[in-house]
Amino acid sequence: MGPYILCSMILLLGVYAVVAKKNLIKIVIGLLIIEYAVNLMLVLVGYKAGGEAPILTEAGQQTTNFVDPLPQALIVTSIVIGLGLTAMVVALCIRLYEKYGTFDVLLIRRLRG
Amino acid sequence: MNNNNVLLPLFIAMPLGAAFLIVLIGRLREAISDLVAVVITALLVVGSLAVAGLEPQVYHMGGWEPPFGINLVLDPLSTLLLIIISVVSFLVCLYSINYMTSYTSKPKYYGLLMLMIAGMNGVVLTGDLFNMYVFLEIGAIASYALVAFGTEHEELEASFKYLVLGSVASSFILFGIALTYSATGTLNLADIASTIGSKGLNPVMIFASALFIGGFGLKAAMVPFHAWLPDAHPSAPAPISAMLSGLLIKALGVYALIRLFYSVIGVGGMYTNILIVLGILSMVVGVILAVGQWDFKRLLAYHSISQMGYVMLGVGIGSPLALLGALFHLLNHSVFKSLLFLCSGAVEHSTGTRQLKQLGGLWSKMPVTGSTCSVASLSISGVPPFNGFWSKLLIIVGAVQAADRFGLWAYILAAITVLVSFLTLVSFVKVQRYVLFGALSEKLQKVREVPAAMCLALIVFAILCLGLGVLCPFVLEQLIEPARDVVLDKAAYISLVLPG
Repeated sequence: MGPYILCSMILLLGVYAVVAKKNLIKIVIGLLIIEYAVNLMLVLVGYKAGGEAPILTEAGQQTTNFVDPLPQALIVTSIVIGLGLTAMVVALCIRLYEKYGTFDVLLIRRLRG
Repeated sequence: MNNNNVLLPLFIAMPLGAAFLIVLIGRLREAISDLVAVVITALLVVGSLAVAGLEPQVYHMGGWEPPFGINLVLDPLSTLLLIIISVVSFLVCLYSINYMTSYTSKPKYYGLLMLMIAGMNGVVLTGDLFNMYVFLEIGAIASYALVAFGTEHEELEASFKYLVLGSVASSFILFGIALTYSATGTLNLADIASTIGSKGLNPVMIFASALFIGGFGLKAAMVPFHAWLPDAHPSAPAPISAMLSGLLIKALGVYALIRLFYSVIGVGGMYTNILIVLGILSMVVGVILAVGQWDFKRLLAYHSISQMGYVMLGVGIGSPLALLGALFHLLNHSVFKSLLFLCSGAVEHSTGTRQLKQLGGLWSKMPVTGSTCSVASLSISGVPPFNGFWSKLLIIVGAVQAADRFGLWAYILAAITVLVSFLTLVSFVKVQRYVLFGALSEKLQKVREVPAAMCLALIVFAILCLGLGVLCPFVLEQLIEPARDVVLDKAAYISLVLPG
């Protein structure tokens, strides 16, 4: 139960930053917090107290207390995707600053309806 | 059953490879990038029609048997989506040859477009939950960049809004995937389905499904989550608006919801009610907001929300007839909405504006655009014999037939559906009145018809609108009914992927 509550709370903190903050960069930081909460959740899903690295040992040395390796592989992928997304959103922020001269979302609103 | 058909990975590999190839060799001559894009998408059309006749089959990536490896699953539902994606993207590429000359850097445009196609093909083919997320992000990130392609004030603002909401949705989906993995210990869709089938739903799985409804619902622009769509779709270049409205919200949103809730998690009363409420809200709110719009593309974007509401309503009712209507409407909407967006692009290309009040009388100057736009308007409003009529009819009859489950509510649902259809007609009469008929203003005297390749794409779409309507029984029998049967038969999907 603990990991679920912890990760949900971090996720909600990120959502709060995205919803309530008025600065583009702070919104981006909120997105990153959400992403890290999800990554943390994935790590904790595979975590095992006192577990060992899931390396294939020599024959006969069967260890049963493996940490689940799959979530760690998933996190590597999701971090890479997050990197691409962050590069994209920061590039957008730079372009927006060039056009509008501000990071304030209240001043960046030409679209309505 | 499992002959490892090499065609399946090609649907992802070809556009993915082409994306990078185009950017590399497009530096030499821009015309090469046109050629490569059209040829690759034409090959995809041929390929998707070739696999349409095949038995349902599974491709094991790297030879790993499920549930351990990643597998690609081709069943009639995936085939339907593959055909839609290939045909629309081929015609969009044809249209882009002339349209995108007004933008700089065509190779980058085609590169991103190909990435988007690769992402969508991946989502509809994959049989692995995390793999679905990866392809979803490929498609989504490419679409964020394409929305901002004009790099003007509005485009950047719309893209930022779309990106923030889209990536929050993606994170919710990934959170749902993590919860699903912790609850079932597997990521293979069929394996998850059989685990849930034997163990039943626990609270973790219910929380995960709520996250999936939120995440994929945002990708599908269902009403509480729709705010990004009316900004993002009109801001993109017209061919990209056609791709986003015609394909992306379906492949990433509706398809994923249908696959997860019918084939994997299993639909119960709670989920179907949520989908029905989302569908009705989208239909009503979308169309009411659309009627008041004066920007051609923004009006079309609100109609996308409304029409996806029809699909979601049919999916939610879930009776064989309603599902048939929903899947047929999915196909029809991608045809007529792409055509409408391409028409709006043609009007903008020729006149330089898309404000309805500044247009008028274009029928005499642009006969091809005018007539195809009328065909699409009649289709979306549900006028027989065009395709939109049949799918809406099926959904309405499906709603009335659900009276034994919902009682009086079934008739209210059907009545709302008819009313929304009427409001759609009203708003497209307005489009016809202000764009095509009326007096030609001074400024528009010198307007000319768009180039031949653009006309060709418009005409093919218009023929598809009419053809899907006239040949409705044939299309339903060949394409939609097998897909519907797959959706309704959860056990068949499991035994296809995990034989024995």
